[in-house]
Amino acid sequence: MSYEHKDFISSKCLTREEIGYILDQAKAFREINRREIKKVPTLRGRTIVNLFYEASTRTRTSFEIAGKRLGADVINISASSSSAVKGETLMDTVKNIEAMAADVVVIRHNCSGAVKFIADNVKAGIVNAGDGLNEHPTQSMLDLLTIEMAKGSLEGLTVTIIGDIAHSRVARSDIWAMKTCGMRVKVFGPPTMIPVAVDAFGVEVCRNMEEAVSDADVIIMLRIQRERMSKLLIPSEREYSAVFGLTPAVMEKAANNPIVMHPGPINRGVELSSVVADSGDSRILDQVENGVAVRMAVLTFIAVAKN
Amino acid sequence: MEKEKTLIGGEEMRTILERLTFQIIEKCPDPKNTCIVGIRRRGVFIAKRIEECLKKHNKREFETGTIDITLYRDDLSEISNMPEVHSSSIDFDVNGKTLILVDDVLFTGRTIRAALDALLDYGRPSKIMLAVMVDRGHRELPIHADFTGKYIPTSLEEVIHVKVREVDDTEDCVTISRRS
Repeated sequence: MSYEHKDFISSKCLTREEIGYILDQAKAFREINRREIKKVPTLRGRTIVNLFYEASTRTRTSFEIAGKRLGADVINISASSSSAVKGETLMDTVKNIEAMAADVVVIRHNCSGAVKFIADNVKAGIVNAGDGLNEHPTQSMLDLLTIEMAKGSLEGLTVTIIGDIAHSRVARSDIWAMKTCGMRVKVFGPPTMIPVAVDAFGVEVCRNMEEAVSDADVIIMLRIQRERMSKLLIPSEREYSAVFGLTPAVMEKAANNPIVMHPGPINRGVELSSVVADSGDSRILDQVENGVAVRMAVLTFIAVAKN
Repeated sequence: MEKEKTLIGGEEMRTILERLTFQIIEKCPDPKNTCIVGIRRRGVFIAKRIEECLKKHNKREFETGTIDITLYRDDLSEISNMPEVHSSSIDFDVNGKTLILVDDVLFTGRTIRAALDALLDYGRPSKIMLAVMVDRGHRELPIHADFTGKYIPTSLEEVIHVKVREVDDTEDCVTISRRS
């Protein structure tokens, strides 16, 4: 088994074998993060550039730590401090970075499809760290790794994703990868936050919280993405929280002892109550830990496969 | 490819590993301070045989671990696909210990160089020694084994395989074949 592509852009085009390979390799990388000396020389002398056009702490730090633990030199560029403010196009920025002999460029951009467009037009290996509403593929891999480690396998599990599905690239990447792995996916959220052509995803849309959680093995909560909404889609946060928030009372309706995940950042008290977020069912910090391992695996494939 | 020829059978391999074990006991009399580390993949099984042998003859146990050298290879910039990475598992503190590094075949010495780097990332052992089942010559680095099961002179066209029952679906043996 192997991963033989120049770039890592999308969960949708991964095969079941590729997903299995990425998860297995990530498990091997987890061990490095638990050592006293957390560094291997695998990507020594390679350069990785983190190019982030959107705010991020978790993902950018996770990629930076992953690159540094592999021995690569990691440089961070955020849009606000780059020449983008002077009017340079994304393509020109990436071409310039490439001219400085960067091996891998990790890109987050607010425009869906931007990362794929760049990948098709440059020689450097490109990793998608989130493009608009489209995909966030490393997040889906770390979600699957967390689920596999908690539940033992993936096939046949029921996952419920609750919240702002329409504006969530995490939901899209998760759904594509989960369907490939033979999982049943249910979604629940305000009708204004469910994608219009939801049938295309092959998911079930739930009508109430009880239906959503009753037979779930995994519950993934999402944040309301205010920055992506063109107009107000919910009356108030309080009302949203009462109907769509995950609380201990809701967890009692779940019969399958589900684990609770969240891609972060959490809005405590809105979509997720603090009691549930800090409970034994929560795997939120495992997700963060696995994120570093998954990104180490992906960066290694992309940096080495480039030869 | 020419037919594979068996050079060392199961019984002889057992005898050789037993002799290796006694040499190790002679050189490292203090089990509390000695640990065995097998190099993935087949070195792990050779290490396991040595460990079993130690248990049988001495009733004393050496702590054992395994190490994967993929991330430390020096040829990653020359190959086109990332080879599969496996976890290392060294659950003991290596600081101040004598480590017996175990591999199946000693050839160019590059695997051992990578393994030394990998081990040093876990701490500072007081001493590292090398035990191999077969030394086939053709070193490219100044590395030699402290304990050698069998020295087999080879040409570069020949391939030496140490086979173990756990993964090769045959009894333990050493075979030689010719690269096509």
